[in-house]
Amino acid sequence: MTQPSDSELVHRAKAGDLAAFEALTNRYERQIYSLVLHIVRHQQDAEDVTQQAFLSALENLDGFREEASFATWLRRIATYAALKIIRKRRGLDTLSLEAATEPQEGYETIPHPEYIADWRQSPDILVRQNETRKLLDEALSQLDEKHRLVFLLRDVEGLSIKETAEAMALSEANVKVRLLRARLQLRERLTQTLGDPSRQVEPHRHDQSLTFGSDTAE
Amino acid sequence: MKCEELLAMLNDYVDGDIAPGICEEFEKHLAGCNPCQVVVDNIRKTITLYKEGQPYELPAPFRERLHDALRKKWKAKHGSQDEC
Repeated sequence: MTQPSDSELVHRAKAGDLAAFEALTNRYERQIYSLVLHIVRHQQDAEDVTQQAFLSALENLDGFREEASFATWLRRIATYAALKIIRKRRGLDTLSLEAATEPQEGYETIPHPEYIADWRQSPDILVRQNETRKLLDEALSQLDEKHRLVFLLRDVEGLSIKETAEAMALSEANVKVRLLRARLQLRERLTQTLGDPSRQVEPHRHDQSLTFGSDTAE
Repeated sequence: MKCEELLAMLNDYVDGDIAPGICEEFEKHLAGCNPCQVVVDNIRKTITLYKEGQPYELPAPFRERLHDALRKKWKAKHGSQDEC
């Protein structure tokens, strides 16, 4: 028998069917918990936020107009709840996740790729391996919080640049530069482990004045 | 276009959010620059891995607590006729 779709379950839950809401919970609880855990990086907080998100979804289900998918709606609720915890931790009650002294990052300081190599395996194989998850977690934990959050919201949760900027009370330009830094840093770390040394390429010297790597002519 | 300029536009290119004229220049550079091709490919794969990574299992006691809390809230909202 095929599984009922999310939207079918949402309709049944709206009509008062608890089993349908539980089925939706079973379907998404791991995804939500993982997303929240990556944001807050603390198990107890992740549990609290996950529970809060599902309770809030239950409470507000009647108001869910299904303009976005249920999964998207739920992820948004969870993300905002997780960001709230981060703000609380920093003792900020303003919307902004930034200290006023935080300097604006520019593109000049973006580090160039150093280790460039094709990966040994494709992502669909890698994604099924336990070592990969360990590597992904480790690489993510090496990012500064400000870069980690932007990457999670934009690339894992799938918010647009504009939505990420709103959620974090940042300018879109700032989100973009942070996202680039996060992606490049994660690429570097992942490629060090997943790259095939026999397929490593040296930075290309097609332009003598500006090249990637440490041999840049100044 | 130089590698550094390409780097600054990498996100827009990977996200398909780049003006057609610039995109053409970007691709012209890529066609002649193997390292940049590999970097773009690495970045795409990095994003895919994070997006599609295996989620964590909920700790069992927490899962139980979560489902209990949901049932309780459901009853408070809908009354006891929904009890299975």
